Amino acid sequence: MGFLQTNLPYLLAGISTGGQYALIAIGYTMVYGILRLINFAHGDVFMCAALMVIYSASYMPLYISLPLAIVATGVLGFAIERVAYKPLRTAPRMSAMISAIGMSYLIQNLALYVTGGLTKYYPPVPFISDSIEIFGAMTKRVTIITPFVTLVLIVVLVNIIKYTKIGIAMRAVSRDFETAQLMGVKINSVISATFVIGSLLAAIGSTLFFSNYTGVTPTVGGMPGLKAFVAAVFGGIGSIPGAVIGAFIIGICENIIKGLGWTTFSDAFTFVLLIVVLMFMPTGLFGEKATDKV
Amino acid sequence: MKKLIAVLTVLLIASALVFAGGNGESSGSGKKVVKIGVYEPASGDNGAGGKQETLGIQYANAITPTVTINGTEYEVQLVIVDNESSNDKAVTAASELVSKGVSLVLGSYGSGVSIAAADTFASAEVPAIGVTCTNPQVTLGNDWYYRICFLDPFQGTVLANYAKDTFGAKKAYALAKLGDDYSVGLCNYFIKAFEALGGQVIYETFPEGTSDFAAYVTNAKNGGCDVFYSPVSIEAAALIIEQANTQGLPMPILAGDTWDSNVVLAAAKGTNVSISVTTFFVEGSTDKQITDFVDGFKGYLASNATALTNNGGNDEIAAVTAMGFDAYYVALEALKKAGSTKGADIQKILPGVTYKGVSGDIAFDKNGDAVRNVAYVKKVDNATGKWQFVSVQSVK
Repeated sequence: MGFLQTNLPYLLAGISTGGQYALIAIGYTMVYGILRLINFAHGDVFMCAALMVIYSASYMPLYISLPLAIVATGVLGFAIERVAYKPLRTAPRMSAMISAIGMSYLIQNLALYVTGGLTKYYPPVPFISDSIEIFGAMTKRVTIITPFVTLVLIVVLVNIIKYTKIGIAMRAVSRDFETAQLMGVKINSVISATFVIGSLLAAIGSTLFFSNYTGVTPTVGGMPGLKAFVAAVFGGIGSIPGAVIGAFIIGICENIIKGLGWTTFSDAFTFVLLIVVLMFMPTGLFGEKATDKV
Repeated sequence: MKKLIAVLTVLLIASALVFAGGNGESSGSGKKVVKIGVYEPASGDNGAGGKQETLGIQYANAITPTVTINGTEYEVQLVIVDNESSNDKAVTAASELVSKGVSLVLGSYGSGVSIAAADTFASAEVPAIGVTCTNPQVTLGNDWYYRICFLDPFQGTVLANYAKDTFGAKKAYALAKLGDDYSVGLCNYFIKAFEALGGQVIYETFPEGTSDFAAYVTNAKNGGCDVFYSPVSIEAAALIIEQANTQGLPMPILAGDTWDSNVVLAAAKGTNVSISVTTFFVEGSTDKQITDFVDGFKGYLASNATALTNNGGNDEIAAVTAMGFDAYYVALEALKKAGSTKGADIQKILPGVTYKGVSGDIAFDKNGDAVRNVAYVKKVDNATGKWQFVSVQSVK
């Protein structure tokens, strides 16, 4: 019992951060699967979702502002794609990547302007922000809820991709961009849908993340975004189950390392993992085998 | 041709920027102008604190907008830059001040950025007066940097004594931010003093960009510590308090002057987390100079919506605001005594400048550090969300 009481908090924190990374990682991996583009602005979309909740919550009750902010984040993802990536569809891949980096800084600086540089605090969400006790370990209810929410959303997402028309179109596009276009798949709407879904998941992830760690600054999306990206690469970029498993592994390992007393190296671990994966398993756990040209 | 035009345009804009800061000796109103640089963070980790410190300077400037140097009345113009709490952006901000021709510089909040900019000021021969940068390295070996606050070896020792005397602590948990001169320095001095008093310390650091403090709080609990010492930035402070509250941290939190902030008050209000800090200034004195400052500043906040927002939305006075207020008057004293607006002249007479401010008497020692030997200890009243004065602590 004593052992459980001592170590359970690390495990709980690990599973919940893992779930949050997973929701962000899906956005990276889906966009990569379809466009072969790393959407560096994704972490900032995650931050924007939180800011929208904070600002809207001061005007309206939370049960309206939360869904509203989630929808608005979807719109933001759509807008980012239309503004920054669509005009570059025929340009070399590197151009779109630079555009993504530019977009990321643009969003961060806009947020800096809006917030005035001060940390904003996420409003406590009733029920999920409450403290609870499990086997003697104190934590917030959101810690327990996160993995379940993540799993439910992933099951829904996988079903969308498997059975709906848009899902079939997505798979077709990710398999072969040009052929899918020739077959009459509306490329632009498929890509938009991908961005919208990724952003919605990031928005839900942001609600879960910031209910637990309440401070929101313009650069707060950076670290979780990077780690989610590492998770996506670890799991095999382009693969949804891979991204989710990668995210949970990273979240849990990170917290165990902190618990062992090596707090200084908790971030270093994540990035060493990235290097090791790229060296020995370039396609990750579940990635497609590299058959295509360089 | 197009390229040529583009290049010319860029050159034109660049030259406009370069020459814009050129001569600052006279303003449109015909009055002579002396420029004082305000080198403070307005964004990043220390944005909230920097803004409060700037407020003190702005308020002092609002009530004393002129200074008489050698019989001529000068208008004091504040040149405010944002060093973004970041050591690598700090130098750019410092160069901006230099190029705008400031006579001397006040700031910064946060030692790291002050250390980073020290050489820029020294090589441009612009003297700087640190307001609340408490790390010894700020003034060490630099004749151009002075400061009006106490130092970390002193503060760390005071906190160690306080932990031992008030809480009877035998084991402490110390948490610093990796690569942050301020918190790492304070932790080291605390550890040294606390171990000399016979205590034990668990020391850990967290990397930049951390928002998950759950594991650190758990480590402190599992380590069987009696106090949680974390003199980190306010941004991290709020998250640590939140996490301490969630996990029901059974020990008091101790911190340095940074935590004397409305952000900390707001985070701790309505929780059961006990927080004590050492600081430079305490409200509630009956001294006329202090009550004038307190009342005047509250009136200033009430009449100025932007100032109120920068103060965190209420009219609690942070110690850094009082320090900023004092720093401005020390600067005016220096200008008067030097009888010149030239940096080199001011630097010559700075060691002899003294001033009685709202935070106490200010004088410099041979390093350019303030001569101070007491710190105030304050505690958060969790029910009202206000500071409670605890004691005046000195080193034994």
